[in-house]
Amino acid sequence: MKLSRKDILGIKELGADEINLILDTAETFIEVSTREIKKLPTLRGRTIINLFLEASTRTRTSFEIAGKRLSADTINISSSTSSMVKGETLIDTARNLEAMNPDVIVIRHRSAGAPHLLARMVKQPVINAGDGAHEHPTQALLDMMTIRSKKGKMEGLKVAIVGDIAYSRVARSNIYGLRKMGAHVVIAGPATMLPRDIERMGVAVYCRLEEAIKGADIIMMLRIQTERQQQNIFPSLREYANYFCLNGENIKLAKEDVLVMHPGPINRGVEISPDVADGPYSVILDQVTNGVAVRMALLYLVTGGGQ
Amino acid sequence: MRLLLKGGRVIDPSRDMDDQMDVLVEKGKIAKLGKNISDDSQGVGAKGQKGDLEIINVQDLLVVPGLIDIHCHLREPGFEYKETIQTGSEAAAAGGFTSVACMANTDPVHDNRSVTEFIRQKVAQSDLINVFPVASISVGLQGQILTEFIDLKNAGAVAFSDDGKPVMNSALMRRALEYAYSIGMPVISHCEDANLSNEGVMNESFVATELGLSGIPSVAEEMMVARDILLAQYTRTAVHLAHVSTAGSVQIIRDAKNRGVKVTAETAPHYFTLTEEFLRDYNPNMKVNPPLRSSEDREALKQGLRDGTIDVIATDHAPHARTDKEVEFEYAASGIVGLETSLPLSLRLVEEGVVTWKQLIAMMSFNPARILKIPKGTLKAGADADITVVDLNKKWTVSRDTLHSRSKNTPFDGWEMKGKAVLTVVGGKIKHREL
Repeated sequence: MKLSRKDILGIKELGADEINLILDTAETFIEVSTREIKKLPTLRGRTIINLFLEASTRTRTSFEIAGKRLSADTINISSSTSSMVKGETLIDTARNLEAMNPDVIVIRHRSAGAPHLLARMVKQPVINAGDGAHEHPTQALLDMMTIRSKKGKMEGLKVAIVGDIAYSRVARSNIYGLRKMGAHVVIAGPATMLPRDIERMGVAVYCRLEEAIKGADIIMMLRIQTERQQQNIFPSLREYANYFCLNGENIKLAKEDVLVMHPGPINRGVEISPDVADGPYSVILDQVTNGVAVRMALLYLVTGGGQ
Repeated sequence: MRLLLKGGRVIDPSRDMDDQMDVLVEKGKIAKLGKNISDDSQGVGAKGQKGDLEIINVQDLLVVPGLIDIHCHLREPGFEYKETIQTGSEAAAAGGFTSVACMANTDPVHDNRSVTEFIRQKVAQSDLINVFPVASISVGLQGQILTEFIDLKNAGAVAFSDDGKPVMNSALMRRALEYAYSIGMPVISHCEDANLSNEGVMNESFVATELGLSGIPSVAEEMMVARDILLAQYTRTAVHLAHVSTAGSVQIIRDAKNRGVKVTAETAPHYFTLTEEFLRDYNPNMKVNPPLRSSEDREALKQGLRDGTIDVIATDHAPHARTDKEVEFEYAASGIVGLETSLPLSLRLVEEGVVTWKQLIAMMSFNPARILKIPKGTLKAGADADITVVDLNKKWTVSRDTLHSRSKNTPFDGWEMKGKAVLTVVGGKIKHREL
């Protein structure tokens, strides 16, 4: 099976069959990263541009490693400033990049919809590496891959996502993906962190951490952005940590074999206590490892790979 | 130069007329309306034109008082790359508008009489349509200090508005209403609580949740609609509310009117035509402020138009150049051009049975004239000969390439339209003609 779309802009538009294809493909790449010589010739002679217009370490590095392990030439463009500040529009940037004939463009942008604008402008496949509060499809795919490999399935699992849902592209992509794969998704956060009518995405909504994680198979803790305090989304880090931190005590409400996940970077002691982050339930570093495989799979598939 | 429009269906809400009539124009004024105004009495032969009389057969066409847009942005001075008084007037004439009121958020801001005089000079040069300048409420649109209302009035401003920005300071709004009312001038309020709308770029809703865009809640508008109504009620003045977009606003205005508060309101075609669902592909030409709302809001607006809660259909014509729009959605400027699409979109309201012909024409001519206190919006004998002739059956397709406006930021590119202004007469002179 091959991927029948040019771009990967979000999980919303993917079918369950496409998600399975990507995860199955990713699993075949896992082993490559454990070799001494971590390289396949698959994308030799291909060029991948990582256009990161918002600060990122983990995702950018993961994409770069994924490209390199497939023998592609990867070029990173990093800028924490928007294209507007830089004085060149995103459209002009896109046209210039397109003129250099890359094979894939990966984009991270602080504005929701920016990858869609790029994808309309260029003929090359575009992969969304996170756009504003909209979607972060590769994160959701690596999360689903982690769940599937640890639990053997996704169907019927209770997944609790806790934190600043309103601001989280990770939450949105995971809600779309996990629901498609048959999981039961619950979310929690203070009302200021819950976007309007979120229940219409098919999730159960709670305002307390304890209610959401009760009996959960999976707990995903979201990173708190400290700048959100200025918008009065939460009063203080102290209060947030007191009432929404996953710790060694409240985690007992979850299933005994619960998996604890976090998209990183983690704020130790704020949304997750160090003992839980480093503890036996944590699969946070497995997520990172799977991230490389998932991105290898996507690069492979959008360039026409697949049986 | 005289003009005789023969055999059209004349709809003139100012005197409750809907009848087949001939209209004779002399010396820039409506000379008379009547059945079969005789050609011979004017000494005219069969060819249609003799001497200084031009006869135009408008059978099967609608003849209405020249359309008036109470709310548009002509961008001059300061933003001539988006629009000028010349190009905006061309767009207006093509859309059937004989008069427009242009908002004050220019550069420099229209907050003193030298800008009024500049605008009037440009209008005189273009000699196309009537342009009525709206001056700002506050100096520099800063929401701090009142502009010189009396001086601006004497210079030719017809109303005051900080449109584009809300007047957040309630005390300033109170004083503006009082001072303006005492000199017989309308105040037009842009209702938006800027703290609540914050950095929102679309309606706050499930669609915004899915798109990951920050929302402007409907209550940001409704709070200020309620505030301005309470201020007008308390100070025993009047207020006109610009671009109403939510069901809640309609309800608050309806209640206020029932209590006898002197409040009038407008909405725009995009609010009763489009919804937030059109934003799903992040099209910047769907970005407006106030934002496109839900289908429930759209229905409530239609109900408000039907029952008279909303008095006026305005365009909120807001030209923006490609450079303002072809960027990431959240950076894109808010606003769409509307002068050339307002009429056909509004005609749909009659076709759908929302309003009657008389209601519609009143909302696009007589009512805005009444609110602005300008002697327009009527075909009574002696009135200025501002006339729009509409072909209800003319089918056409909106194309950004053929718009007269300097900017092409229409959300209706490619839309099939039915109905078009085919003749625009201003002061007895033909300014746009497609027949």
